Amino acid sequence: MTLSKSQTGSKYWIQIGLLTTALTLIFGGLFSTSALADEVGADLPYKVQGNVKNEGIALEGVRIVVAGGGYTAETVTDAEGKWLIGVPEKAGYSVSLDQSSLPEGIAVVEEGGAEQSVEIGPSGVVTKNFFIGAGERIVVSMLDQVIARIVYGLNFGLMLGLASVGLSLVFGTTGLSNFAHAEMVTFGALAAFFVTSVLDLPIWIAIPVAVVLSGAMGWGLDSGLWRPLRRRGLGLVQLMIVSIGLSLAARYVFQFFASGGTTQLPGFDSPKIKLFGATALSVIDIASMVLSLVVIIAFAWWLMKSQTGKATRAISDNPDLAAASGIDVDRVIRTVWIIAAALAGLSGVLWAYFRPGIKWDMGAQILLLIFAAVTLGGLGTAFGALLGSLVVGLLVEVSSLVIPSDLKYVGALVVLIVILLVRPQGILGRKERIG
Amino acid sequence: MSSSAKIPGKPASKTTGLHIGEIRPGVSKVDPIVTIDGVSRRFGGLTAVDVEHLEIPRGAITALIGPNGAGKTTLFNLLTGFDKPDTGSWSFAGKSLAGIPAFKVAQMGQVRTFQLTKALSLLTVLENMKLGAKDQRGEKLLYSLFSFLWKVKEVEIEAKAMELLKRFKLDAKKDDFAASLSGGQRKLLEMARALMTDPVLVMLDEPMAGVNPALTQSLLEHVLGLKEQGMTVLFVEHDMHMVRHIADWVIVMAEGRVVAEGPAEEVMKNPAVIDAYLGSHQDTDLGTITGRITLPKGKK
Amino acid sequence: MDWLAILNNTAQSLLSPATMAFALAALGLAMHFGFAGLLNFGIAGYMAIGAYGYAISVLVFGFEWWQGILVSLVASVIFSLILGIPTLRLRGDYLAIVTIAAAEILRLLFLTTAFGDITGGADGLSGYHNSFRAANPFPEADYGFGPWTYNSVELWVLVLGLLALVACVFVLLLLMKSPWGRVIKAIREDEDAVRALGKNVFAYKMQALIIGGIFGSLGGVIYALPSSINPGVYVTSLTFFVWTALLLGGAATVFGPVLGAVLFWVLQSFLSNVLPELVTSGVLPFISSIQASTIRFILVGVGLMLLVIYRPQGILGDKKELTFVK
Ligand SMILES: Nc1ncnc2c1ncn2[C@@H]1O[C@H](COP(=O)(O)OP(=O)(O)OP(=O)(O)O)[C@@H](O)[C@H]1O
Ligand SMILES: [Mg+2]
Repeated sequence: MTLSKSQTGSKYWIQIGLLTTALTLIFGGLFSTSALADEVGADLPYKVQGNVKNEGIALEGVRIVVAGGGYTAETVTDAEGKWLIGVPEKAGYSVSLDQSSLPEGIAVVEEGGAEQSVEIGPSGVVTKNFFIGAGERIVVSMLDQVIARIVYGLNFGLMLGLASVGLSLVFGTTGLSNFAHAEMVTFGALAAFFVTSVLDLPIWIAIPVAVVLSGAMGWGLDSGLWRPLRRRGLGLVQLMIVSIGLSLAARYVFQFFASGGTTQLPGFDSPKIKLFGATALSVIDIASMVLSLVVIIAFAWWLMKSQTGKATRAISDNPDLAAASGIDVDRVIRTVWIIAAALAGLSGVLWAYFRPGIKWDMGAQILLLIFAAVTLGGLGTAFGALLGSLVVGLLVEVSSLVIPSDLKYVGALVVLIVILLVRPQGILGRKERIG
Repeated sequence: MSSSAKIPGKPASKTTGLHIGEIRPGVSKVDPIVTIDGVSRRFGGLTAVDVEHLEIPRGAITALIGPNGAGKTTLFNLLTGFDKPDTGSWSFAGKSLAGIPAFKVAQMGQVRTFQLTKALSLLTVLENMKLGAKDQRGEKLLYSLFSFLWKVKEVEIEAKAMELLKRFKLDAKKDDFAASLSGGQRKLLEMARALMTDPVLVMLDEPMAGVNPALTQSLLEHVLGLKEQGMTVLFVEHDMHMVRHIADWVIVMAEGRVVAEGPAEEVMKNPAVIDAYLGSHQDTDLGTITGRITLPKGKK
Repeated sequence: MDWLAILNNTAQSLLSPATMAFALAALGLAMHFGFAGLLNFGIAGYMAIGAYGYAISVLVFGFEWWQGILVSLVASVIFSLILGIPTLRLRGDYLAIVTIAAAEILRLLFLTTAFGDITGGADGLSGYHNSFRAANPFPEADYGFGPWTYNSVELWVLVLGLLALVACVFVLLLLMKSPWGRVIKAIREDEDAVRALGKNVFAYKMQALIIGGIFGSLGGVIYALPSSINPGVYVTSLTFFVWTALLLGGAATVFGPVLGAVLFWVLQSFLSNVLPELVTSGVLPFISSIQASTIRFILVGVGLMLLVIYRPQGILGDKKELTFVK
């Protein structure tokens, strides 16, 4: 039981003070002594490498970032202009050269600019050399960068939102913190992959099929597992650990069938279209955002207006009262599971495009961000979860302007902890009764 | 301050002369143990507690009554540090309690029980009791590793616990898990456990709720016994017969405010109280609302 | 099929540094969850602190091995304080999410290239053994018999691990038999009741968090002692595996976590040896040996579910003293 009310404001500030001091000590202390090596992850199975030269002269200290499939690493070139970054998978990666680390007066003069995509070849190694020459580097203003990050953050946040409203609904109606939600996300992506690659159907058919299959999965899980367990009277902590077991089992079942590698959905590499400033989105990105928005609005309408939606909110509010007033709680919970799973499945497809790539543990990679979003919004409130998702999405993307890109999730997680300190009931949640 | 609770059904002799001046809500007491000033607590739009001034007399049994949702439990939570008021100050034995955490309040001798019983069901009855004892060295992390440092105290506590358990007729159950106790026995256990702390002020939230009539009588005696031992008792109760039977002073709350206070007989006649409880059904006797004790004939 | 080799490998895991590391971590969790009711899902973070604390203080600060262990323990106490101050007042499920997030933050901090000079980034750390091996009291020789044959370095690691484990078991036993343990068990059930009796619940929870954290961190040290530190180990799955070991043995018991860890590793190494063998010998058709080795993790997940549903008190637990209070 929370004793949130027994805290005084000043105590909170002392605690925040302690926490931030500790974190700044960690961050500050480590940052100041660090320098980057020219080889990163050399023992990983696949490698991306290159040599940065301008008219035959090696350039030292140029910053290179390789990202893809949820993995990010960066390095700087050595005295010979060479760099090498190990990557975990045989997949597509984006390689970007930080032009602000180039000497004055030269720039990447290649078609497509300083960010290029590469695909690991059969040898397991791919070489990417940028064409560098005298030229005006297109300086991207900070404002433009921030705007671009905000747009990406919104895209990411909307995708997270699809997953987190479902988790939040399930929590609200059943009290379960469902760790296996991550696997419902992965399942959606895998289902879409199955339809596009094995059945060879286009993606616009694959998405609805994946959503329907996910929904069916949600129905199956509720009637085959969760409802019987509720009947048995398992406690919430027990249920939570069951969901962890399910999450592990499902994750490795996916690995069993889909292997450990990364695969792609069609159109994942569709070209980016420059919109404004530094903001460039692919057709897929735009479609993804529109789709998320439409689905979320439809969901909100369902929750506010439909009979079942109202019943759902009533159950989240007070299950006993709802049951007593004649609501068929089991039926509503079943609907909630179907909708939660369907939304998670859809977000899985979008996540597969955003990463990009489909992998057996792709859902688990964002599970904590989903939890962060749901907790930020206040456990169990669907709109809070949506708001939390947008905050997390923006935070992750915008913060990567100032902190190393492989630490971008850390910002969101730290904020999660700090928010819980100040407002344990989340942004839109309520306090609960004591005594 | 004398009492004779031994004859069942007969009201205990009351402590009188507790107040100073004319009786009205917020009247000063001769020797207050708790003083409350301007304490209010809101939940969203609802004002659960809004007490301008209130004093609880020392060495007496005070009943806090009022209809459901009047704010009695909330006031208990505020007084014991389990909740924080939005405004106001309050003190216990002359020391201000604002900002003092619940456990410190309890250490100062102001110990409470809960409306929803909190027997620790996976501990045995005896362990429950031992947990209540104060100043145990063995409860400190470093001392706890060396049993010779706390064995003696442990034996002392156990003796004290057994004595209390005997008084509450729970001694036969000492090695049972508290989970196996009946609802009424749990109420008794919770009260006995609270007494292990040697409290100055005992605050009981509905000690009779769910206790069967046979046990009620012995509980009443226990409460009276506490006064005899010099403790102050503040209890919340819906059972008007019990209130009339043992309370020296009665405080009536409705919608968060103190609407009346005074000796039991007088308060029960107060129109504001009848109004708060019954609304329009003013011809009903208050005692029949939740009455569980049958008083001897002629007492009415 | 080479049953002898399979049994040999399985028997080895009865007494291996990994088993003891798991046992220590599970013992820490028993303190946290089993006794104090704290839903700590960040035990992997504590193990990472143990491992990295040891290796970094030896490699970067040139400490002796035992100073390195002390640094690890102190670091785990600091982590407990940072983690506990904001979160111990929260409801159980919040605590689960915050601890898992905190462990993940730690892992990402150890993994990032930004601090690569100290943490080794994605490569992890190795080569921190000199001081520890120089202190080896056992002369160069082969010890033991059968599957339990060790050279002097391995023996030194084992002995140290065993000592740590026995010490921690002993401390936990004493603690839980004392009045301190009584307060802790009461807090697990209803902290408001304990508060009403004048006990500083927050302080007790913090103490429990610190002690369990020390056990977990010690487990991390033992895990790192034999060879090297790989950041890919300290993921949330490690936390879940330790939880499985804990629940298998019995969460609210002192010997349960040890038994659970041993069984977990014995089963894991048996399956990881036997499953690929079954594929090569054609008993398991249609699947590759990589798939076969995935099966054992599926079984962990399924096993965890079945355990929590059908025997939540674990092997050694008492049905009456249910592990899951709320
Ligand atoms: N945590 C809370 N959040 C919102 N409202 C609350 C909370 N606690 C109490 N209330 C409200 O405050 C009012 C007073 O509640 P309280 O529990 O103090 O009443 P009470 O006098 O003890 O009633 P009863 O005799 O039924 O126990 C009620 O209307 C209740 O709904
Ligand atoms: Mg009440």
